[in-house]
Amino acid sequence: MASIVSIRDLRKSYADGGEALKGVSLDIEEGEIIALLGPNGAGKTTLISTICGITYASSGSVSVGGYDITNDYRKTRAMIGLVPQEITLESFQKVKDSLHFSRGLFNKPRDEAIVDQLLKKLSLWDKRDARNMTLSGGMRRRVMIGKALSHQPRILFLDEPTAGVDVELRKDMWDIVSELRKDGVTIILTTHYIEEAEAIADRVGVINGGEMLLIEDKDTLMQRMGAKTMRIDLQQPIDEIPAALVSYDLRLDYGGAALFYTYDTRGERTGITRLLTDLNNTGLGLRDVQTSQSSLEDIFVDLVKG
Amino acid sequence: MNFYAIRAIYMFEMARTFRTIVQSIVSPVISTCLYFVVFGTAIGSRIQQVEDVPYGTFIVPGLIMLSVLMQSMTNASFGIYFPKFIGTIYELLSAPVSAFELVIAYVGAAATKALMIGLIILATAHLFVPIEILHPVWMLSFLVLTCVSFALFGFIIGIWAKNFEQLNLIPMLIITPLVFLGGSFYSISMLPPLWQKITLFNPVVYLISGFRWSFFGNADVAVAISLSAIAGFMLVCMGIVWWIFKTGYRLKS
Repeated sequence: MASIVSIRDLRKSYADGGEALKGVSLDIEEGEIIALLGPNGAGKTTLISTICGITYASSGSVSVGGYDITNDYRKTRAMIGLVPQEITLESFQKVKDSLHFSRGLFNKPRDEAIVDQLLKKLSLWDKRDARNMTLSGGMRRRVMIGKALSHQPRILFLDEPTAGVDVELRKDMWDIVSELRKDGVTIILTTHYIEEAEAIADRVGVINGGEMLLIEDKDTLMQRMGAKTMRIDLQQPIDEIPAALVSYDLRLDYGGAALFYTYDTRGERTGITRLLTDLNNTGLGLRDVQTSQSSLEDIFVDLVKG
Repeated sequence: MNFYAIRAIYMFEMARTFRTIVQSIVSPVISTCLYFVVFGTAIGSRIQQVEDVPYGTFIVPGLIMLSVLMQSMTNASFGIYFPKFIGTIYELLSAPVSAFELVIAYVGAAATKALMIGLIILATAHLFVPIEILHPVWMLSFLVLTCVSFALFGFIIGIWAKNFEQLNLIPMLIITPLVFLGGSFYSISMLPPLWQKITLFNPVVYLISGFRWSFFGNADVAVAISLSAIAGFMLVCMGIVWWIFKTGYRLKS
């Protein structure tokens, strides 16, 4: 697949010397869902804002659909829908008018059918004639999404879409995302929630301190996450792994006092039973056995702290 | 050209005008009536005539200018400041809209509203005093030019302002005195010679003088100078707006 967004060595520094982005490069493929994970102030919003035209980059380039975001800003922005983190709506505007307004801004003719359909999809139909200021927080966020989708973008940026959102709305949000994906919309979302990335993303990127620390297929990450390690403490340290156990790919550590075995919990056979039987046959005495699991959270924390 | 965006913003701004109809239209009309009662009737009855024109009629162009200047400025400044203040500016910045289109939409809406108010005041004044307009086409041209150039100026203030205090600062502290001292209620020839000279540094004098000429045919300064003064002011404002969007001043970091 061709990449629809291509970011090359994007840097953003401020007059006071602070750097929000330190050379980020990323290719996003058409139709995929990318989740960008990172703590507050990691540079997620700056990255999105730069692609959408809200802030300037200091150096580097971004192309969207093959067009440069500065020279061909009309073409690139027309492809993009943005739902920012903060909910900002014109208080007195009616819900329906808000969507029509956004559609107009993106140079599309007024289309009742499209806006009505969107209002229904986002469960805003009953509120279509209500003024924005009368809506609850969750409803307002729906309006923000409606505005971003009103011009039928090919790419949707969701900046922390579920921050401070109740469980029901979060589920709805995920449903909306998966439906958009069926229509072929490329989605880039930022989030604090690892479970959110797990639930809906195809790829996961980790940003911290303005750097892209990792960008990987979610499945690959999940495999890492699905791995478990069993630590076997021996009564007597050994010099080398006994011949009978060589096939298990064990690691000997702690001066020969502990054996480590890594296995996949999701595999049909973990091999634990066989290993323990064979271990018993070697006559080695066991002092303790413990297992530990690495989670996306661990990987994340390792990356961010490292 | 993104016509749909221009239309969307223009209609939104005009909708705001009609939503706040009392504040937008009724209040300038009422304040004009008050000026009329105080200056036109109470004081004017003692002044009689200025440059062969009855005083009540003489102040009409100045009164219209007073309101039109303030209205075009405050509407445009508020129109662009408010999205900045509440954060909805993100949508304008991320939309495929050029700076030129934004200016047309915001300045166009503010100028339209000011023009409407100017014409309403003219009609209101007509109820108090007889008015004959000598050069109606020039009168409209002056009015439109003023609306547009001061809406541009207001647009700049709206982008520059970081808070509501700054938003009101320039209109209140600079423009209001200039308008009052610019001959809204008197002819420059009524001033002592030194003040006549000083007054010529006040740009509003040229506006009001030219506008008054379109009504009565006599002016404090030559009409050509008045016209070039407004046109010059408009060009300066356009230049500043162009620079603002080129650099992203107070819009983009």
